Amino acid sequence: MAQAVASLEQQADKTALITGSEAIAVACKLADVDVITAYPIRPYDTVMQYVAKLVANGELDCEYIVAESEHSQFEIVKHASAVGARVFCGSSGVGWMYAFEALTVTPGLRIPMVAMVGNRALDDPGAFGVEHNDALAVRDLGWQLVWVDNPQEALDTALIAYRVAEDRRVFLPCAISCDGAFLTHSQALVKIPSQEKVDAFLPPYNRGDLLLHPDNPITVAPQVNEDWLMEIRRQTAAAMERAYTVIREAYAEFEQIFGRRYGNPFFEEYQTEDAEIVLVGMGTLSTPVKVAIREMRKEGKKVGFVRVRWFRPFAAEELAKTLGRFSAVGIIDRDFSLGSPYLSGVLATEVRAAMYPAAKRPPMLDFICGLGGREVTLPDVKKMSDIVYHAAEGKPQPLTQWIGLRE
Amino acid sequence: MGRLFAVEIVYRGIFQKTLAKNISRAIVLAAHQEGKPGISFGRYGDSPERNGVPAKNFAIVATDDQTLEEGMAKYEPKEVDISIAVDDTLCKGVESWAWYGLQPINRLLKPGGTLIVTSREEPEALIEMCHRKEYPYQLAIVKGIPSFSGLWVYKEDHSDVRILGAIAKVLPELFSLESVQKAIRAEWKDELKATSAARSYERITTVTVPPNQGNPEEPFKFELPKWSEMREGVTIPAIPRGHAMENTATQQVGGWQPERNPTFKKFSTRTMRPVVDFDTCIKCTLCWLQCPDSCFDVTPDGLYDANMQACCGCGVCEAVCPVQKCVTMVNETQFRDNDSQWEMWNKDKEGYKKWLLEKIEHGPGPQRSHGFRYRGQYEEQVPEMLEIAREG
Ligand code: SF4
Ligand code: SF4
Repeated sequence: MAQAVASLEQQADKTALITGSEAIAVACKLADVDVITAYPIRPYDTVMQYVAKLVANGELDCEYIVAESEHSQFEIVKHASAVGARVFCGSSGVGWMYAFEALTVTPGLRIPMVAMVGNRALDDPGAFGVEHNDALAVRDLGWQLVWVDNPQEALDTALIAYRVAEDRRVFLPCAISCDGAFLTHSQALVKIPSQEKVDAFLPPYNRGDLLLHPDNPITVAPQVNEDWLMEIRRQTAAAMERAYTVIREAYAEFEQIFGRRYGNPFFEEYQTEDAEIVLVGMGTLSTPVKVAIREMRKEGKKVGFVRVRWFRPFAAEELAKTLGRFSAVGIIDRDFSLGSPYLSGVLATEVRAAMYPAAKRPPMLDFICGLGGREVTLPDVKKMSDIVYHAAEGKPQPLTQWIGLRE
Repeated sequence: MGRLFAVEIVYRGIFQKTLAKNISRAIVLAAHQEGKPGISFGRYGDSPERNGVPAKNFAIVATDDQTLEEGMAKYEPKEVDISIAVDDTLCKGVESWAWYGLQPINRLLKPGGTLIVTSREEPEALIEMCHRKEYPYQLAIVKGIPSFSGLWVYKEDHSDVRILGAIAKVLPELFSLESVQKAIRAEWKDELKATSAARSYERITTVTVPPNQGNPEEPFKFELPKWSEMREGVTIPAIPRGHAMENTATQQVGGWQPERNPTFKKFSTRTMRPVVDFDTCIKCTLCWLQCPDSCFDVTPDGLYDANMQACCGCGVCEAVCPVQKCVTMVNETQFRDNDSQWEMWNKDKEGYKKWLLEKIEHGPGPQRSHGFRYRGQYEEQVPEMLEIAREG
């Protein structure tokens, strides 16, 4: 194995200039997905177009079904997965919400569907800029949720997502969140690994005793009463618990085979070693944050950044330990949770909950920022950092503030 | 602590849904006349909209609010003072749609509690149908044909108030006749109904069912698995396809018997069952083809034998059979077991013919209990039902 892996590493990756959406489409091809369903909605529709092109060009041999709605889209792949097909699906914003009924039943049935959510604001008003509320809506239901911030990571994470979702210990769906526009529509240079590497990393999907097949006669999802559902939920919860381990294993082996290192799979730390305060966020806002941090550091402000990748499962203990090292924390929410504790966003509410049992709990502020695809500017990031610094110095600050808002 | 009373009303969906609800409500309202608080509810896991499927309503009453709360703190009563079956064929057992396996009609009855049944049968016949209990209980029969009272266009036959009058008699601590009459007047504004309740109060008699009398069959028991023992993915093994049948008398092998769910039988939904005249059957296959529950076993000699564990009594086979009186629906009270008719016929053809004629021609009780055997049957029976209500 070690030797085989070593020889794989020497295989040169091809480099291509592609968008995040295209990178996901390439991952579908490399994963040799069997059934793909589509229904157009921006920005997810870009993936659908790229996949359609791959199929039309004969590069990908799969069932490509254009459904009549997102609900059918997700139902079709759910059933295809039950009979043993590797599936891919996706949507955005209200399209994802239209599929909600199908989304809710997928984890309980232990369907390892991989989906791409091209994050988009929830209409009305008709808006297609990024907000994270669409993907976050399934956060309690047994979906694994991961955010990426560049096309390379989108490709790699899609492969990892198949590996984790289809692990018999997990068998849970996984949604890869890609920020609309910033990731779905902008091209970057991406290393495309060889098929051999992917094959070494990703075993075939084996549904085992849960396979719906005449040779394995089973009934899926019969009616149950109050005597059964709690046990079913507990089983799904156990699968999500096991996902922590499986995710770690997958990243470790990914590094071995592909030679690309992601460090801690659950969150990325940027310039945190000596940081006094940190900002926390998800997705592509990492770019302006990192640039602003570099500028602030020139001014002597030791700011760091923690980018949460896996929102489900949420690495609570680890994150709490990390954030406890700083004198104050600012969480940037590209989402909202109206009426939530301290009127914060979803991420801040989760991080605060994760921090509660921690030995050290620095002041934690929340910033609602970049909604509807609004640019998160360098001055915005600096402003947020300044506010966090004030909190670190013991000056009381409002727990939630809207940044980049016309006031 | 005060006293807690619980009453269950067991009925068949959908035609008796309103009847059961009305009785349940009136129990609470009658007790309220005496200052007792109470609640009334339908069993949530049931499916009262499904034709014939056994379902339940509960009325819980207490002497004070705190005691009532103790009753309300449970999903549903674990024991009851009174069980009411508004269809006598329910005495054979109750397999709720929210699956618990077939459970005895008297399962929740406290020692000394009363089972009230609307029926034209004698107590002995009903006791034979009910599962045996380790302790004595009371049986009271409100004479009548199963009623659809209260639902849509179906005419009143006063089954509801007659049962309420009977409750006042068998459990006066719950409410008096006077209280229930007051509640009836307030709820229905019908003096005739108040009179019917009083008549029933006067006429109702109870017999004591001694311990261990009745159907000796062990009620269905099962253990719920731990979460870690259950199959994942909400999957259960499918029912295997089936196998050929064997005629034990002739050793002839052939035909087809589909496997059936061993834990969900469905037959407690039935109020009428088909009896088949194998001598006149022309083997046309229509009953087998049309039965919505695949109940017919195909015998080695090419006949069609309705499996009585599976048959829900819908009557489709009778309706489609092209031969007159070849398939006939007979009221379920006329049977004590679910044995194969074909096997009975096989063993003794003469004896079977006699048995068959007895069932279809000379059988006593009504041909209908729940549902209809034919269109307009209920309306036809209303005068008779009213007569029973008047005369007892
Ligand atoms: S009554 Fe006849 S058609 Fe209906 S379930 Fe029974 S056997 Fe089948
Ligand atoms: S429908 Fe009647 S005649 Fe035809 S097979 Fe059935 S019982 Fe025989």
